[in-house]
Amino acid sequence: MSAFITQFINLLAAILLMLAFAMLSQRRILSLIYLYTLQGATLVAATAIVGFVTGQPHLYFSAAITLVLKVLLIPMLLHRVIDRLNVRWDVETLINIPTTMLIGIVLVMFSFYLAEPISQMSSTIARGTLGIALACVLLSFMMMITRSKAVPQVIGFLSMENGLFFAATAATYGMPMVVELGIALDVLVGILILGVFMFHIREQFDSLDIRHLEKLKED
Amino acid sequence: MNVLGYLSQILEILLALLLAPLLTGWINQWRAWLQNRSAPSLLQPYRKLHKLFHKELVLAGHASSLYRATPYVVFGCMALACAIIPSLSTDLPLSPAADAIALVGLFALARVFISLAAMDVGTAFGTLGARREMLIGFLAEPALLMVLFSASLLSRSTSLTTIVDTLAHRDLAIYPSLAFAGVAFTMVSLAENARIPVDNPATHLELTMIHEALILEYSGRHLALLEWAASLKLFAYSCAGLALFFPWGIADALSPLALLLALPMLILKLALGGALLALLEGVSAKMRIFRVPEFLATAFLLAVIGMLVNILLGV
Repeated sequence: MSAFITQFINLLAAILLMLAFAMLSQRRILSLIYLYTLQGATLVAATAIVGFVTGQPHLYFSAAITLVLKVLLIPMLLHRVIDRLNVRWDVETLINIPTTMLIGIVLVMFSFYLAEPISQMSSTIARGTLGIALACVLLSFMMMITRSKAVPQVIGFLSMENGLFFAATAATYGMPMVVELGIALDVLVGILILGVFMFHIREQFDSLDIRHLEKLKED
Repeated sequence: MNVLGYLSQILEILLALLLAPLLTGWINQWRAWLQNRSAPSLLQPYRKLHKLFHKELVLAGHASSLYRATPYVVFGCMALACAIIPSLSTDLPLSPAADAIALVGLFALARVFISLAAMDVGTAFGTLGARREMLIGFLAEPALLMVLFSASLLSRSTSLTTIVDTLAHRDLAIYPSLAFAGVAFTMVSLAENARIPVDNPATHLELTMIHEALILEYSGRHLALLEWAASLKLFAYSCAGLALFFPWGIADALSPLALLLALPMLILKLALGGALLALLEGVSAKMRIFRVPEFLATAFLLAVIGMLVNILLGV
């Protein structure tokens, strides 16, 4: 039974990685938000299962917080933001997508290699998935780098937080409750501030392209 | 290797030759149903083959012998591919003839010949089709190899029969690597078999066709062989996918009963797979030709990740 559950957690981790790549290759903002919601839902399932197997009730709480925040509240906020800004469609990428994905493979190899000695020292049930969690973090980070518009960058930031959360669950059965609550609140406040920020960028430059921010003086 | 082994080998080849047009007809029927059209008969591909075999052969004036040999080469490659993929039994006398890597080579051989033949007559469409076919082929082949490698990592062998044998006899377990490989394989087989979203098998719209552009100049029995070979290729890919990812029901012991049980199982799986393929085609739109590299890069990437996950998690 325990072996089966470990395999199931591994499968969920693999789905998280697949979703991270899907986000990397996605051109539409609307699909990005759906993928982010899906990532949150997978994370909820993984956390709840780890909590169930190890009998740690605080993991149920963090799964519940993840459900409310990352599956319901934040996607809803993002939908409202893109509705207001009227940017549902194409996303510009700075590097073309096949190249991005090839760099992505290298990142995955790097993080698998990096995580191997760490996961050997750990004794948790999901230790094998630490490499995947690290890869998710790096891939989201790359998504923030390769996108030139503000909304996909914010989604990259949020999915990076998802990766970190999964890494914490995999390596040490989650962070202490206070830290977790703090991060959850931080993410929520962060998305609100970034939402306001996006409206300001748009008002100032008539575009969400953050390259405009590099100019220090008005022409 | 005994009489029964040879019997199952012969049965498998015959089955592939006979059932391949039926599978094509079945998929066409489902496509028509899903598009709210009245469906053509299930036997339509056979009628088409019959008609083409009885038609006069028209050759271009300056067609070389390569052009005339190509349909036989392509047909032979696909028939051999169907023979070495274990669809009914894992005990096949022909299986040492080619392993998983040679199987990809076999498909590549057919592709090279058909592309050369398309350029041979010197029409614009043939050349255009050949170039597109090569573009798709050179991206699809590495992805297909990676899919086969992630399956052979699980069984420590590149022989197709050993791979399928190992996969069929594992304990019930979830293999994340096989999930990745399965998605990648589906994408590759859509591209390789000229299905939507990469190519539309039903189109004769000049600017978008790939497979149809290659065989545009062929007629009569040559065209019949090429159409049959295309059906065989689809059949081979379907059987390979079923054998790798749903290997239950394939006979391993040499008994007539197991073979008899494997046959309805295979037909059931093919029927389900064909309907799913038609559904997949129905819900997706044909993509621009320059988006195809992206599509196939994704397939390659998923297959590589499958292998990496296999190495990381050890399953």
